[in-house]
Amino acid sequence: MIEFKLLGIGILTWMVFLPVIGMIAVLFVPKSAEKSIKYIAVGFTSLLLVLAAVMLSVYDPAKAGINSVAGFQFVEKMTWIDVPAFLWDGRLKVEYFMGVDGISFPMVLLTALISLIGAIASFSVKRNEKGYYVMYLFLVTGMMGVFVSLDLFLFFVFWEIMLLPMYFLIGIWGGERREYAAIKFFLYTLFGSAFLLLVMIGLFFSSKDPETGLHTFNMITLMDPKTFAPDSLFGILNQTWRLLAFAGLFVGFAIKVPAFPFHTWLPDAHVEAPTAISVILAGVLLKMGTYGLLRISYSIFPDGARYFMYPIAIIACINIIYGALCAMAQKDFKKLIAYSSISHMGYVLLGMASNTTIGINGAILQMFNHGTITAILFLSVGVIYDRAHTRGLYDFGGLANKMPKYFSVLIIAMFASIGLPGLSAFISETFIFLGAFQNQFIRVVAIISVLGIILNAAYILWTIQRIFFGNLPEKWNDLKDINARELISTVPLIIIVIFLGIFPSYMLNLMTASVNQLVNFIWGIN
Amino acid sequence: MEFALHKLPLVVLLIPMFSFLVLSFFGKKLPRGGDWFGTTLLFINLGFSVFILYSLTQLGKYELNVEWFNLGENKILGLQTFYAGFQIDALTGVMLVVVNAISAFVHLFSVKYMENDTKYTRYFAFLGLFTFSMLGLILGNSIVLMYVFWELVGVSSYLLIGFWYEKPAPQEAAKKAFIVNRVGDAGFLLGILIIFLTIGSFTFNGIFEGVEAGKLSGGMLTAAGILLFCGAVGKSAQFPLHVWLPDAMEGPTPVSALIHAATMVAAGVYLVARVFVMLSADALTVITYIGVITAFISATIAITQNDIKKVLAYSTISQLGYMIMAIGVGAYSFGFFHLVTHAFFKACLFLTAGSVIYGMHHVQDIREMGGLRKKMPITFYTFLMATLAISGVPLTSGFLSKDSILAATLAFGSINGGFNYIVPILAFLIAGMTAFYMFRLLILTFLGEPKNKEKYDHCHESPKQMTIPLMILAALSFFGVFSFNPFDASGGWFLKLVKMPEHLLAGTSGLFYHILPLEEYMEHIHHAHMTAMVLSLVISGLGILTAFTFYYWKKVDVEKLTESIKPLYNFSLNKWYFDELYDIIAIKSTMGLSRMSAWFDGKVVDGAVNGAASVTRSFSKFNGLFDNIVVDGLVNLTGGMVGAFGLIFRKFQTGKIQTYIAFLVFGILVMYFIFRVL
Amino acid sequence: MEIGLNHYLVLSAILFGLGLFAMITRRNAILVLMGIELILNAANINLVAFSHFGGMGVDGQVLTIFVMILAVAEAAVALGIVLNLYNNFATVDVDEANTMKD
Repeated sequence: MIEFKLLGIGILTWMVFLPVIGMIAVLFVPKSAEKSIKYIAVGFTSLLLVLAAVMLSVYDPAKAGINSVAGFQFVEKMTWIDVPAFLWDGRLKVEYFMGVDGISFPMVLLTALISLIGAIASFSVKRNEKGYYVMYLFLVTGMMGVFVSLDLFLFFVFWEIMLLPMYFLIGIWGGERREYAAIKFFLYTLFGSAFLLLVMIGLFFSSKDPETGLHTFNMITLMDPKTFAPDSLFGILNQTWRLLAFAGLFVGFAIKVPAFPFHTWLPDAHVEAPTAISVILAGVLLKMGTYGLLRISYSIFPDGARYFMYPIAIIACINIIYGALCAMAQKDFKKLIAYSSISHMGYVLLGMASNTTIGINGAILQMFNHGTITAILFLSVGVIYDRAHTRGLYDFGGLANKMPKYFSVLIIAMFASIGLPGLSAFISETFIFLGAFQNQFIRVVAIISVLGIILNAAYILWTIQRIFFGNLPEKWNDLKDINARELISTVPLIIIVIFLGIFPSYMLNLMTASVNQLVNFIWGIN
Repeated sequence: MEFALHKLPLVVLLIPMFSFLVLSFFGKKLPRGGDWFGTTLLFINLGFSVFILYSLTQLGKYELNVEWFNLGENKILGLQTFYAGFQIDALTGVMLVVVNAISAFVHLFSVKYMENDTKYTRYFAFLGLFTFSMLGLILGNSIVLMYVFWELVGVSSYLLIGFWYEKPAPQEAAKKAFIVNRVGDAGFLLGILIIFLTIGSFTFNGIFEGVEAGKLSGGMLTAAGILLFCGAVGKSAQFPLHVWLPDAMEGPTPVSALIHAATMVAAGVYLVARVFVMLSADALTVITYIGVITAFISATIAITQNDIKKVLAYSTISQLGYMIMAIGVGAYSFGFFHLVTHAFFKACLFLTAGSVIYGMHHVQDIREMGGLRKKMPITFYTFLMATLAISGVPLTSGFLSKDSILAATLAFGSINGGFNYIVPILAFLIAGMTAFYMFRLLILTFLGEPKNKEKYDHCHESPKQMTIPLMILAALSFFGVFSFNPFDASGGWFLKLVKMPEHLLAGTSGLFYHILPLEEYMEHIHHAHMTAMVLSLVISGLGILTAFTFYYWKKVDVEKLTESIKPLYNFSLNKWYFDELYDIIAIKSTMGLSRMSAWFDGKVVDGAVNGAASVTRSFSKFNGLFDNIVVDGLVNLTGGMVGAFGLIFRKFQTGKIQTYIAFLVFGILVMYFIFRVL
Repeated sequence: MEIGLNHYLVLSAILFGLGLFAMITRRNAILVLMGIELILNAANINLVAFSHFGGMGVDGQVLTIFVMILAVAEAAVALGIVLNLYNNFATVDVDEANTMKD
């Protein structure tokens, strides 16, 4: 167990609560000092990235994690809530239990990275910067917390914490229909949380920690089949309940992913959200759904993961094809990218449905890659929107000569998005297909899904054509090329996309041990 | 020394990439936009690759592998490691030279041709990127690596075809090329998936070992073969995915020479050649017939086209069909031989076409040309040389390769019998058609009287930078380059280097196809050789003669002839209506489906969500009413009643102490009586 | 006829009744006070009578003397109140002083 402390406080606690310190700092700055507010936010998020880099240097990729506490790294464990229970036997005990393994660590890196990028991209926010950054930093805390929590209760707390700032960020700083979008997002996610809460409570009461004999929220303990008495609610004898619980959790997480048919909040939220929030939304928030599936559903209910392989694969396939088809019909650039996100998250689900090492590796890699690539795409949409105040695909044309640097940035991102080899998404998509091909039934689904990559190319190329090719309309004659700040936020991502496309092993090595462990666990191989 | 030599292919691979990077970041700062920089690098690269080819004859083939990534220790599968690397064997050695040579000549040619373009630097950068991808495709020793560069080739060709993206036609053509290729690539990807699933290895050697060990056999092997071939169908513009290539002529002409004549389209053939030994009999049948159908269809279309580049484009498709067919019938070396000879003379044809277009100030319609021989002698003679080669006239390289292919098709007919004779019949027919339409093009462009006097008068021979590559390429179409015997190439260095391999499945049979062991097969070809040579001479001579009769001596009225077969003529002129067909079945239907999905998403899925929301809202409204009327009503009722009682009781509160005492007394009395009674 | 306990009790009851009657019906505060005095005296008679007939020594008489002293104090306080009443309302009619009602 690697222990790594700064000033006597564990590094994960720093990671999670550093933004809160930043938030407090922002609160003390007068509202008029916009510049210092921005710099504080950027400073704290870069500090977060530095910490993530420190973690990366210490991280031991050989440790697997998943269902053994010993395999987790940077573990912090304290009692948070401990009260005697009066309605049942024993105590209500919640732990402040954090740690990372190969599944969560890529996500932690992603969150740190995207948070910084988002903070830089937020410079274009023009009203009430103080409130914005307070909310923004709070959001970062929520996201980071979700990825490092190992206690269900703590996980749920962070899960909900993240909702609130998101609601305000969309609802206050969003576009025209921001209130509708914000409420839709909030209610939708809350609807999912209800399922999550139900299962969580169910798990709590049917569990019995083999060591202490108490009910528990500890995820690692909950993964141990010995925790459940055979006749308890989620015991082996109640197979139906276990499957129902898996399905419930799936609905809760699928909303976040978002999987068909729970996806309609996403285009609305994206279109209305300010650029940086779209980046966060697509870059990190969507991954919480799939991460939750791997961390909670798959690990606590491996039988459910086996049982629901096919339905999940079918949903994934629908996501891929249907998302691509919808994207093709969009006239709004941002909405198109939003639908393409739905399509790409379908690949993640497909990889996970396969329940194979290569498929799940691909899924996690795709989560990371999609985070970076979509971030560039949304940033690019923001670039054009800030200048032209429109996102209509038919309003543009001929920008390739007018904005050559912007053209280069966006075209790389777009080719990455269609899975061009040499860029990161290719590796992950290929892995996912390789994984999906291992199973008789999912193979058929994969063959259908391959159609998605054709559609994908079609709508992306069509978009490039509509925006960049042809003649420049008169009204855009004074459009300026991408500026230094925007380059600072996009170029590092592009470098990562290219780097991981050529050397995927740098990311793969972090997670292979955990993924192998997870797959073994799902199939009961020990 | 040897160690360094083994690394040389990597240098060859990275030089064009270096050119691309330098030109895209610093191109504007280099003199003349960096054109000579890129060109020089490519010529150096050509030198290296010739050296590699030479060293190959000395050292034999070799391979370099490094670990690319691994998937960790799995309890069942063990440590899953994926390798990346390159291999040097006869195929790659030859292809390296071909690609680098043509790329270098195209660079040189473009220096003048593209001179006044605003995106001059970017053009050379893209040429570098393309060359890099193509070299990677050739060098890669695993099927995944090949796929990687395969797609990169697609992207760089997208950038080059759509180079003049201000105009609508190149945009559409670039998009079409990429998407059509993607369709093929999807099949290719599925083929890779099958191979990984069954064999678990990606390197060609690993795959062949797996096939030999029988890990992949029967229907799955056929499926894998056909799916891999799908990739080739896309890239090499085979029926039914050939539609992108003619449109791709919208790119700059040197690009057409580089991509759509010699290198990118050859990638498909290269792929089929690379995996040839593992293709099952049924897969080979499919490949043969797709090849022959493609060659036939495009030859019929080429006859009627009037755009100089379109004729060349369809002739390219036809020749590619030829190569595919050759590999399909088992003549692996001959198909690959034709690929190489064709690369040179077709590049020459395209570049001469470019020279003509340059001289005629961007006129491409051959009906506007004529008599250019006098104005552009060098262009004419180089064009003539290449035309002779493609028509299969003796003493040219084209004769050598074509002749061997025809012999192989005859052998195919004799081995498999029955309706399979249709393959050699069509092959000879196509050879005649090729001679006919190529000479039609030559006569209409260079001979006869000028049809557009004004353009003709302004026409001039192209500058040196353009004619030198033409002359070199024309010289490379000479038989001596490949073999000293002008009638049989089998003694030449080329076929000695690229030997027929022993098929892994030799001795097995498919539905209509027998894969013979190598010796037996060569025997058949040998038998057919003489017949094929005589027949092909007669037929191509006939084709040339007909072309002269029709267009030069004008013994037959072509107008009248076309009038009499109008429907057939229109069918050919409109390219068998493939574009229209695909527009309906692929584009319109996909767009319709997409609009339907968007509608479904907006109305049904989102409608359901919003509907759920509004149902909840109206329920809550009802709930509010209930709350107001019933629940709150009850509360108010209680209050009201208390008030009402109060109204009654306050009457007793007179404020007079005496009244109170009186009540007291009365109360005591009442209580007294009550207690009495009790 | 020998005078027994009952006679005392009847006398005391009559006295109590008169006192109560005066207290309820008189409007003049002084007269109400006088009614209270009558009630107190009725109680005193009862005390003495019970003490005498019950064989309890002089307990009753002692209590009676307490009550008389209490009555004096009460009369003093009550007269003060009456005086205040008069100062505030310019009358000693208790019916007028019904501000408690509101």
